[in-house]
Amino acid sequence: MTRLQDQVAELVPLPPATLHILLSLVDQERHGYAIIQDVEERTRGELRMSAGTLYRSIARMVEQGLIAEVAKRRTLADDARRRYYRLTPLGEACTRAELRRMTDLVQVARQRGLRPEAT
Amino acid sequence: MTPRFYRALLRLYPAGFRADYAAELERAYAESVRDRGRIGAALAAVGDVIPNAAAVHWEILVQDLRYTTRSLRVSRGFAATTILVTALGVGANTATFSTAGFALLRPLAFPEPDRLVRICEGINGRMGWGCMNELSPALYRDVATRTRSFQSVGAFLRIGVNLAGIGEPVRIPATLVTPEVLPLLGVPPVVGRAFDASRTRTDDNRAIVIGFGLWQSQFGGDGSIVGKTVSLDGTPFTVIGVMPPSFHFPTPEVQLWMPLVLRDDAFADRGDTYLQGVGRLDPGVSFEQARTELATFARHLEREYPNDYRNFGFSFFRLRDEMSPRFRVILWSLCGASLCLLLLTCANLANLSLARASERERELAVRAALGAGRERLVRQMLTESLVLVVCGAIAGALAAALIAPLLGQLVPSSLPLGARPPLDPRFFGLAAAFAALTGLGFGLLPARRVAGKTGFAALREGRGGSRRQRLRMALVATEVAVSVILLVGSGLLIRAIARVNEVPPGFSTDNVLTLRTALPSPRYDSVAPRNEFFDRVLPRVRALPGVESAAYTSGLPMVLTGGITGINLPGEDRNANRRDDTRAASYRFVSSQFFAALRIPIRLGRDVNDTDTRGRPLVAVVSESFARRFWPNADPLGKVFETRGETLTVVGVVGDVRVRGLERVAEPQMYRPIFQSSDGLGGLYVPKDLVVRSTQDALTLLPAIRRIVREADAQQPLSDIRMLADVVADQSVTRRTQIRVLGALAALALLLAGIGIHGLLAFTVAQRDREIGVRLALGAQPSVVGRMLVGDAVRMALLGIVPGMLIAYAAARAMSSMLFGVPPSDPLTFAAASVVCFLTVAVGCARPAWRAAHIDPITALKAE
Repeated sequence: MTRLQDQVAELVPLPPATLHILLSLVDQERHGYAIIQDVEERTRGELRMSAGTLYRSIARMVEQGLIAEVAKRRTLADDARRRYYRLTPLGEACTRAELRRMTDLVQVARQRGLRPEAT
Repeated sequence: MTPRFYRALLRLYPAGFRADYAAELERAYAESVRDRGRIGAALAAVGDVIPNAAAVHWEILVQDLRYTTRSLRVSRGFAATTILVTALGVGANTATFSTAGFALLRPLAFPEPDRLVRICEGINGRMGWGCMNELSPALYRDVATRTRSFQSVGAFLRIGVNLAGIGEPVRIPATLVTPEVLPLLGVPPVVGRAFDASRTRTDDNRAIVIGFGLWQSQFGGDGSIVGKTVSLDGTPFTVIGVMPPSFHFPTPEVQLWMPLVLRDDAFADRGDTYLQGVGRLDPGVSFEQARTELATFARHLEREYPNDYRNFGFSFFRLRDEMSPRFRVILWSLCGASLCLLLLTCANLANLSLARASERERELAVRAALGAGRERLVRQMLTESLVLVVCGAIAGALAAALIAPLLGQLVPSSLPLGARPPLDPRFFGLAAAFAALTGLGFGLLPARRVAGKTGFAALREGRGGSRRQRLRMALVATEVAVSVILLVGSGLLIRAIARVNEVPPGFSTDNVLTLRTALPSPRYDSVAPRNEFFDRVLPRVRALPGVESAAYTSGLPMVLTGGITGINLPGEDRNANRRDDTRAASYRFVSSQFFAALRIPIRLGRDVNDTDTRGRPLVAVVSESFARRFWPNADPLGKVFETRGETLTVVGVVGDVRVRGLERVAEPQMYRPIFQSSDGLGGLYVPKDLVVRSTQDALTLLPAIRRIVREADAQQPLSDIRMLADVVADQSVTRRTQIRVLGALAALALLLAGIGIHGLLAFTVAQRDREIGVRLALGAQPSVVGRMLVGDAVRMALLGIVPGMLIAYAAARAMSSMLFGVPPSDPLTFAAASVVCFLTVAVGCARPAWRAAHIDPITALKAE
């Protein structure tokens, strides 16, 4: 196993809040408030993270190396004082691993005749 | 604008987190205010910040704990020493203070215990602790009926009774109580009722109240015990009540209370003082008021009964204080020793932390330079110190649990307290808090120092400073001083016990078995059945193989210490001599062979013998001091004297015996033959103790003796089976315990001081390796370097030994009452203590000095 794989194995499965934050950062760098909004939108208002939970998660994810603060933003449209975050390679690998784990689970459920689509 | 309240709320987060995210959080809060309005946002913020801040703190703690485990695994020696030092300090202090607090501070388990007092006869003007005599029935009646300070006054008398009818007959300690005693103590029985002062005197004459323990052990906790009849000393008594398990009076081993019945003739003799008085003060009356009333009352009595009371007063003290002043001194001295140890523990912890601080400054400086904030470093150090203190405190609690039973022997048995003192969590908390504060305070030093400077300054600077070195030297000197104090203290006590053991008891104890057959009243009240019993037992015991001699006596020396009576020479005024202490002698009935069994030498005349019976002239054997006291310049043989209304002729003189124990002066002794005793002899003087000297292991005789006694009287139990040597050894049991405890504390102190000295010097060497290397490279002799270090150690030792000696001398003077004549300045003890201290210093500095002398200059210089 490579070092990256080791680290992934140590961190997965991810807590739901962590996965949501990672998913928000897959397509673009975002600042904290934008992450909250994105999660809320994606879950159709079901999950609204509080600022406290978000920044506690962010602090931990930075420490774990899943995400990193973007050093400087160039676009003028953005608020220069905001702190932006991006996915790191470890963060991306963990996201993939977590999604794979979930897909596998869904597959098992389907094989046993339980269809997540039907409510 | 962010409301002040939200910013205040954010302070719940650690500073590092705040620095990174406060601005973002404030912005999010502003948006929340827009969405939900002020109040809604505020409420949401409270629900958000509090749990999240707690979670952030927790995550940091977990991280720090992981880091601590790693870093302590690297410095295992430091961790183990710190935990050990904390454990010893906390453990010893918890145990000692719990014991002392239990005996000195804890209220007795009676309602309003401060109103309970003991009353006895004392000397005019000295009304504190210390009974000269107990009360006579007449004096008890006077106090109970003619004073106003008391709600109730009772009298009690401790006895033993034979309980027969349930399995083997057993001898159990009991107390005769007037009907007032149990009600005034205020503890209701768990079953049935107690004696009741309002009933007529004769109602309860054949009733008993039993203790919870006896109820369980002898009656299996029988729920229908009330109304049952038991046989005590051959007389049937009805159980009327059972006391709760927490009830102890007058001492824990008493489990049976019987009615104290005073016949009219008991009130005649005011010199016959055998009742212990106990009273409960009236609710409105203070202790001092009662004392004043009793003092005035004593003057009245002196005028009323000039023959009986002269220079007379009451001794009056709280029931709580019923322990001898010596016990107090013992307990307080242990507290002092224990405090010394706590001081030592703290000094040592401080020293260890300082050494570690110097060691870690570089590591911390590197971390600070890499961006770790001051708060993070402080927290990190705090966690580490806390982990060490918690581990040490847990180990300390275990140590305390191990030490406590040993200390339990120091609780005076005269107090009505349960036997074993429990560990007191308050004292544990206090000792642990001291250790924690020291550990934390000094543990934080490195982080504070590093964080106070810019990173590079800390990196550049060398380790430690001369000021800190001086502080560490002072701490080590303190440790040495404390060790000296404890060493001198225990040394003096060892000298004292040696002196006590040198005192000849006046008899020889080897291979003498003693046991008691207390003959019950009223069956054995008259002479005939008693003599028949002795006739059936003594000759058969003497005939057992291996028995050299066997005899009966009223009481063993050092066990029966009272039993004192007044002596009159013919023609003297009896009333004038009545309460004269110089006319008092200990009074015993003994059978023939008593002096042989105890190897008490016969100096003049003859032994008592079995033909000295009631029909023959009444005779006595007296001790040498007795003969000297009454006939200083004459041959005592054939002289007559008067005691208890009988006139006796001296037929023999024997050696003196320390009747009151090795440490107390005894009255002169007088012995009478058992077959000349009369009917109605008081329980104190009835011969009851059998002493058997044998040529083989005396304990092997026990089954045969038991059989002989059973054949003489099947209802008669044996009790108090002991070797005479153990009886004498029991004399110094408190002393020995005290020495063990104090000695252990002194040994601990030495160990800690040794660790301190070693730690400091080892650290000095590590710190000065470069300097030493340069010296050696420039041609200094290794021996000179070693000597330099030894010189440092000796200086520290002297700095500690000199003040230590002064304090030790002061402490020794305070406990001179326990020293049995050993002077507080005993040169041998002081010299020995300083030698031991110097030896400790020598051992402590040996390794560092050797290391310093063997530093390789090239390696030392290269390392920089």
